[in-house]
Amino acid sequence: MKKFLNKVDNMLVESLSGFGTAHADLVSVNFEPTFVTRKNKAKNKVVLISGGGSGHEPLHAGYVGKGMLDAACPGQVFTSPTPDQMLAVAEATHADKGVLFIVKNYAGDVMNFEMAAEMLPFEHATVLTSDDCAVINSTYTTGRRGVAGTVIVEKCVGSLAETGADLQTCKALGDKINQRTASIGVALTSCTVPANGKPTFDISETELEMGVGIHGEPGRRREAMREADAIVGDMVAAIVADFTAKNLPLKGEILLLVNGLGATPLMELYLIYNTAAKLLGAHGCQIARSLVGNYTTAIDMAGASITVCLLDEEIKQHWDSEVHTPALRWGC
Amino acid sequence: MRTAFILSASQAIHAAIVANEAEIESLDRAIGDGDHYVNMRRASEMIASMQSELDDQPVDVVLNKIGMKLLSTLGGASGPLFASFFMAMGKTAKENGHESLLQTAAAFAAGVQAIIQRGKAGLGEKTMLDVLIPASTTFTTLAAQDKPAKEIAEALKKTADEGLESTRNLIATKGRAAGLGERAIGHLDAGAKSCQVMIHTVCDLVLKG
Repeated sequence: MKKFLNKVDNMLVESLSGFGTAHADLVSVNFEPTFVTRKNKAKNKVVLISGGGSGHEPLHAGYVGKGMLDAACPGQVFTSPTPDQMLAVAEATHADKGVLFIVKNYAGDVMNFEMAAEMLPFEHATVLTSDDCAVINSTYTTGRRGVAGTVIVEKCVGSLAETGADLQTCKALGDKINQRTASIGVALTSCTVPANGKPTFDISETELEMGVGIHGEPGRRREAMREADAIVGDMVAAIVADFTAKNLPLKGEILLLVNGLGATPLMELYLIYNTAAKLLGAHGCQIARSLVGNYTTAIDMAGASITVCLLDEEIKQHWDSEVHTPALRWGC
Repeated sequence: MRTAFILSASQAIHAAIVANEAEIESLDRAIGDGDHYVNMRRASEMIASMQSELDDQPVDVVLNKIGMKLLSTLGGASGPLFASFFMAMGKTAKENGHESLLQTAAAFAAGVQAIIQRGKAGLGEKTMLDVLIPASTTFTTLAAQDKPAKEIAEALKKTADEGLESTRNLIATKGRAAGLGERAIGHLDAGAKSCQVMIHTVCDLVLKG
């Protein structure tokens, strides 16, 4: 393993300290317990709190700021944060209209947020994101995982919350976006959890992992490496099939997010976007909004995910509104 | 069950987790996400280091403090699951006592039940419960028959081995391996392995004692 680190146990604290200093105009970083809040506490709004294992940067701390999250709780690498972090941050940020947790659907995240919610002295609700259509037979499992589509939920619900909307209205928009969003990822290499020092899974030069999760947990199947158009074609087909299965035909305006998993350069992400946009266009979609870059990563994995959100006027309006966070900024 | 036993068990468990690093880690790399060993080491080290804070406390307080510590520091799925285990065990120990083997078995059963509830999982889902549920049944059954501690310890080690082995041919329906479908077949579950290691360690202390 070759990484920029000093002592592996200090990695998270050192990285978050750098994050806090670099974006001191937008956020404050707290330790013991660890959480990130907006520099200026919001008033009289539903407070949006997310969190999850570290290693997915800029998710979630990078999305703390006006128009998006009020706070984030980073856990250890790929490990959910703990209830005391969530309770402390809710105490520090709550603004009289309740607390909305945005949680990716992983057993650890769900259980820790659930225990925090049970102890929370404020009105609260949870949006569980589960946009990953790679997990099949989800009726029998923990269910679909929450991946890059979470960014769209955080952006749009964040926008709605700024308008003073109440807790249930915010939750309803989050649930709606989650329902109208599908993602699938592909890995070309494994990631390496710093504390382990070696790749999470073995994959040869001639293979790819279709449907990989954002922790390097395996996906649908191991396949032969092939040219980009063929890979992207399979990814788009999986997304289209997922919308069809949900009885939500993928037609009309969409948001297309091509997300890097950490070690794939923008040049390749735009190449993926190019093919995906053509295929989705041919399928009858208008690409009304786009986002290309590293927004939900898996440490240093080479790979990418494609996320499609079926837009409506409400989602589009909240996607376009002003946002000012370390990782997303427009309209201001 | 006494405080001194819990404290020596926590030291021994930490050592056993570290000694089994290679196996636990390779199982998690095969069908998990690679953080299980690190978290188990972190948790067991932390509990082992609570010695001075715990050593003159009653059993139920010790168990509850271990649970709270796990809840606030471990994270992941293991955090709430093991925390729920120790907190439920502490609660039952307080209410029903913990002196006899039968009372200890009841506390253990309450802990396992708390994991079932928190994880919304059961037997046959390729998780730690495939070791813990049969172990709890064995413990309760033999304690009710007034079997001696050493005989129960031997039986528990065997039950844990069988439970672990049973995960090999299961498809995972809970946890990180749940996305794998049939690809999980042929691999033991890493969480079940950690539980088997811990049960062996505690039972070996009983057998030595």
